[in-house]
Amino acid sequence: MSRAWMLALPPLLAAAPPALAQEDHSVHGGHESHDGHAGHGAPAQPFGSAPSPAPSPPADHAADAWFDPAAMAAARAVLRKESGGMGASMLMIDRLEWRPARGANGYAWEVEGWAGGDIDRLAFKSKGEGVSGARPEQAEVQAGWSHALDPWFNLRLGVRQDLRPRPMRTQAVLAVEGLAPYWFEVEGEAFVSHKGEVTARAEASYDQRITQSLILQPAAELNLSAQHMPELDTGAGLTSIELGLRLRYEVVREFAPYVGLHWERKLGETARLHRAKGEDPDSLRLVAGVRFWF
Amino acid sequence: MFRLSALHDRRSMMKAAGGLAGLVALDALFPGWAAIGSAGAATGAGVLSGDHIRLDIGHGHFGLGGRQVHAITANGTVPGPLLRLKEGQHVRLTVANALDEDTSIHWHGLLVPFQYDGVPGISFPGIAPGQAFDYHFPVRQAGTYWYHSHSGMQEGMGLYGPIIIDPAGPDPVAFDREHVILLSDWSSLHPHALLRRLKQQGGYFNRQKQTLAGLLAGRDQTLGERIQWGGMRMDPTDISDVTGATYRYLVNGHDSAGNWTGLFEPGERVRLRIINGSAMTNFNVRLPGLAMTVVQADGQDVEPVETDEFQIAVAETYDVIVRPEEARAYSFIAEAIDRSGLCRATLAPRLGMAGPMVPLRERPLLGMRDMGMGAHVAQGHGAAHGGHAPSADASHGGMKMRDKALAPPGVKMGPGVATLSPAPADRVGDRPTGLEQAGHRVLTYADLRALVPVPGRRAPERELEVHLTANMERYMWSFDGVKLSENPEPLAFRHGERARVTLINDTMMPHPIHLHGHFFELVNGAGERQPRKHSVNVLPGGRLSFDFTADAPGDWAFHCHMLLHMHAGMFRVVTVRHDGHGHGEAPA
Repeated sequence: MSRAWMLALPPLLAAAPPALAQEDHSVHGGHESHDGHAGHGAPAQPFGSAPSPAPSPPADHAADAWFDPAAMAAARAVLRKESGGMGASMLMIDRLEWRPARGANGYAWEVEGWAGGDIDRLAFKSKGEGVSGARPEQAEVQAGWSHALDPWFNLRLGVRQDLRPRPMRTQAVLAVEGLAPYWFEVEGEAFVSHKGEVTARAEASYDQRITQSLILQPAAELNLSAQHMPELDTGAGLTSIELGLRLRYEVVREFAPYVGLHWERKLGETARLHRAKGEDPDSLRLVAGVRFWF
Repeated sequence: MFRLSALHDRRSMMKAAGGLAGLVALDALFPGWAAIGSAGAATGAGVLSGDHIRLDIGHGHFGLGGRQVHAITANGTVPGPLLRLKEGQHVRLTVANALDEDTSIHWHGLLVPFQYDGVPGISFPGIAPGQAFDYHFPVRQAGTYWYHSHSGMQEGMGLYGPIIIDPAGPDPVAFDREHVILLSDWSSLHPHALLRRLKQQGGYFNRQKQTLAGLLAGRDQTLGERIQWGGMRMDPTDISDVTGATYRYLVNGHDSAGNWTGLFEPGERVRLRIINGSAMTNFNVRLPGLAMTVVQADGQDVEPVETDEFQIAVAETYDVIVRPEEARAYSFIAEAIDRSGLCRATLAPRLGMAGPMVPLRERPLLGMRDMGMGAHVAQGHGAAHGGHAPSADASHGGMKMRDKALAPPGVKMGPGVATLSPAPADRVGDRPTGLEQAGHRVLTYADLRALVPVPGRRAPERELEVHLTANMERYMWSFDGVKLSENPEPLAFRHGERARVTLINDTMMPHPIHLHGHFFELVNGAGERQPRKHSVNVLPGGRLSFDFTADAPGDWAFHCHMLLHMHAGMFRVVTVRHDGHGHGEAPA
């Protein structure tokens, strides 16, 4: 095969200019007037009044004249894929925590994952909490499509299935999440349940690096409901607020145990519904957990 | 001023060869020129010359930190063998693939017909497992170059080696002895794993971020500056993506403990042919106590210029002359520009000596010029230490760092473009990143002047701008906001056309941009002595122009030589065609 290329080589070489060897300078040495615009920050003046237009890009590929065009097409596809087209994935167990308390120890989790390219991804999310020895009080799973809106924010459309509390709800999700100025991680989610109920959730957190491995993370969550939902112990308006402060130590980037405080308060009508059931709408807990990801 | 002699001191080489014998067994996995106690790069084991050279690509191992680590090798070694060619010869290079994946070899900086340039998907289909490919080309130049794989990120796994081309005539550089110094970075993680981690978390490998502890101790930026930078979601410590947190830095395949040692005799003029074959690391290079005279850049002779330190970007080469006068060990220090690690090698009169280790210098901080505010901020202000209070212009920078209204017409303002440099300065005369405040001489591109005037130089007929664009948070890298995976049109040039290309760095990282198949001339104020290069480091937030003659017909790769940036899409095809014609086809 290589012999065939050699036969084809002369025309190409003929088209090439004479050798660019350094000795060639004698032919040209210093014949040219000094280009006065060649200095720092030189604007584009050297072109005179009419710079030549750019040629239109050819439709063919030069190497197709030398090699099997099908093999070249396959190689081009690989090159494109390997130059920005590779996918990735991540599964982040952001919180897996224990909330010790007199009588009933609590637990909670928050997990997010994605798989795909730079712009479009499959997204996954789950969060929930409960008391040890019992079924979770809240548990939800989300899946959907995430699309990069700009350098920092993603739009997420998906489905949320609430496994707890009962009766279960299936909800449509519209969310925007990303990195706000000043390095705040923010997320806003709007939900419409299969019964037409509209709720929303807003979250924000900030990673304050104390050292390279020790990170203090304040976080806040606010829940809202557009309507009264007595069967879910939820009133209209602001339903709850959560504030957290977690101090984690990144043993490695992917694995960080943490301790912290978690404060949660039901609000408004929701608080009244909880009080009526004999529950304290207010709780402050110590938490200990682990954050890890793949 | 230079002796026209390139003879090596044969007596000292013979002497050194005796001392070398004991090391042979220990060092058997390194080619001779890269072995500890190398007497020089002239000849010997691991140096391949002649009209037909064969490289066998396969899996192999090399010794690092007392262990054998897996690598992809050429002829069984990391680095691969030294190819020593002669200007004017014709060479046939057979590359045989014993891997279970495709491979390729690109001859970096060599002017070859495009179909032998070795880029799968552009110049040829690649070399399939079990296959061999013959590269044929006339050797049209002299100097120091290198070769590396252009497939599957193999250049990040050890598949690289040096090329020396001896001039057909007398060498304008006089020296008594020469050593090849091939710099590289090595991670136990596969390059794909490095990329995956960065896609998951853009700052994954940065272990030198600003901290609260640092603020309380009065280090780094002030609170006000931190808030201001935070408002722009910009991190002044974001200097290197992949750092000493995972990389070990190597000279000729040896880390500091391995202490690669090149021999000299006091008073000799020693030519160091320094090549940065790293995947992701720009280095600051110095030899404490020795001045360096730079005589070549990217294989092209330059007017000798003396310096104490220079930065070598990925894919660049510099030849320097040093003249150690004392019979002692001198350190060769290659320090990663983010100061997360370094490699010490030694120049010594005999084996068994080690140059003194030096501490890592303080990690620099990016400043306003690196943010593309350079036209408003002179170098030294805001660079290097603390970033200083930004100017009035920059105070509403939060709005201005990505002003779509000011976006250049050719740039696609999608999620892949986090910032645009609002006022990029021509930084060709700037000291490179982190060396702004160094208390000694530092080479800048403005110091480089071609030894002989560039042949065929004329005013450019056309200028085009290429923006270097990125989003560090998503780890997206592109030209003009478009990745190669999005199948952009090639950058087309007429055969013989003279063009000026202006690279505008809209990111806060330096990018070594490499054009295949051509030399270009840096527009650095040197007039007819503009230096010719094949790879050029565009400083953060800055602009840089080069002129070139599109004299090599065919399709060529044009990309950032940071391996993961290239892999993330910072890549274009450059095509050079006869006017109005396709390649070997009827006029369109």
